[in-house]
Amino acid sequence: MKTRQIVIGLISMAVFFVIFVIPFILVLLTASKTPAEAASVDFTLPERWVFWENLVETVQTRDYQLLLAYWNSSVITVGAIVGLVIFGAMVGYVLQRRDTKLTRGLFFMVLAGLMIPPAVVPTIWLLQGINLFKTLHGMVLIQIAYGLGFTVLLYRSFIATIPRDLDEAAIIDGGTPLQIFFRVILPLLKPVTVTIIVVQAIGIFNDFTHPLYYLPGAENVTVQLTLYNFQSQFVSQINLLFMNILLITIPPLLVFIFFNRQIVAGMTSGAVKG
Amino acid sequence: MQRRSPYPYWFLLPAGTIFFVLFLVPTIASFYFSLTYWDPFEARFAGFENYVQFFSEPYLARGVMNTLIFALLTSGLKTVLGLLLAVLLTSGMLGQGLMRSVVFFPVLVSTIGVGLLFQELMHPTEGAINVALSWVGIDGPGWLTNPSLALFSVALVDVWRGVGLATLIYIAGLATISPDYYEAARIDGATRIQQFWRVTVPLVRPATTTVVILSLIGGLRLFDLIWAMTRGGPGFSSDVLASTIYKQYQAGFWGLSTAGNVILFLVIAVVILPLSLWFNRKEVDL
Repeated sequence: MKTRQIVIGLISMAVFFVIFVIPFILVLLTASKTPAEAASVDFTLPERWVFWENLVETVQTRDYQLLLAYWNSSVITVGAIVGLVIFGAMVGYVLQRRDTKLTRGLFFMVLAGLMIPPAVVPTIWLLQGINLFKTLHGMVLIQIAYGLGFTVLLYRSFIATIPRDLDEAAIIDGGTPLQIFFRVILPLLKPVTVTIIVVQAIGIFNDFTHPLYYLPGAENVTVQLTLYNFQSQFVSQINLLFMNILLITIPPLLVFIFFNRQIVAGMTSGAVKG
Repeated sequence: MQRRSPYPYWFLLPAGTIFFVLFLVPTIASFYFSLTYWDPFEARFAGFENYVQFFSEPYLARGVMNTLIFALLTSGLKTVLGLLLAVLLTSGMLGQGLMRSVVFFPVLVSTIGVGLLFQELMHPTEGAINVALSWVGIDGPGWLTNPSLALFSVALVDVWRGVGLATLIYIAGLATISPDYYEAARIDGATRIQQFWRVTVPLVRPATTTVVILSLIGGLRLFDLIWAMTRGGPGFSSDVLASTIYKQYQAGFWGLSTAGNVILFLVIAVVILPLSLWFNRKEVDL
């Protein structure tokens, strides 16, 4: 490494630190302060560290709403991911292996689905009609519907790299379509499946807009909605608001640490091919 | 007897049913409902009344305009900054792996959390940004309280939050450019700046396509960040289509809200379709 690269690196790191790291440090500091001290978000260290007290108080707010929210968000995320992986892989598989007018038309619809904004009020009207409005399973189905485009796209291009000889060998051995898919194909999709799970889980866990529309009601609160609900309550308690931000950032942070490579793979898919 | 395909169409049924019922049906229904006076109790046919209202009421028309401004501004900044950061972070300098992670992390953090955080940081008197500016003698503006500034402040935060994704996509794109091109350019005596414009920019085009289109769609549809930071305020100065749709829904004007949804759909289609055709044609030309 040349001196120049070291100098540029040091300058860049200083700039990056100010722009991208200090905001998160402020969250941590403010979440450790007393309400009076936190009233102005500034760069001082807390005079008295009350991190643990703030944590307990935030969790207990509104009758442990945060814990309920964590539970609800987990149910929605896990349910939607299971559906997306199995159903999405089945669609990507058939769309890639069969080239007909029907599959081409459907693939076009998948792409259109990535672009079209969901029609929210008609969706609410429809969910009310089939008794899925304000229900967790309704929310799971919505997240599957909205996540299919990305999932099918990734599976379809990955399946193109799996040789057809494998399917044909399994067909000759007398496997049924379901057996071939679940025993031969699905296990081979593991790398792209991990990518899809990680990227979609973060997206669904962080989703604010759709639960706001389709899942109102205190008993249905999701993690992102807690912030929104607490905002009015914590108006003079910025320390607790920031503690809440901190607490709901932990899952994405863990995923980021352990699955960095898969996230990068998923988020940059398409960058090379266009 | 016809041999049955090992790739049966019924594999498409579970996903297809969910997609059809929960996505396509409401989308198609939205075209009808946008032509009605619709509230929680009834829907009466109204012709194009809702659309007329959308473009004649200043507070609604403002949302359409702001949506375009916001999307173009954030998409442009993310594209330019993303490419520059990607070049910087592949130059082999000290700590570039660490910096890649740092610039990307905000992409994964809750948007509402980011919005509320910056709402505090941008407080006119007590926010950290203006406190820091006062140290160097600058009297910081009311980032979110000044009506002519609020939309741009939110746009800046959106760039802060999303530039990491653009950078990441560009880094992946840069990795596909063969070093031979740069070597040939150097032998021909090209300067670094010439290499950037004549080699990097044309050859990284697939990544540019992805970044521009993704960030435009995201910018046109953005709701959560604006809602967390300003709720469209002060007044209606930072309202965009997505926040108008939510406000009209809450106020019980379902028909008007749905018309906003259809307008958003049309805006996205009008912006994105020609653009992606243009990008694809250019790629063939190269």
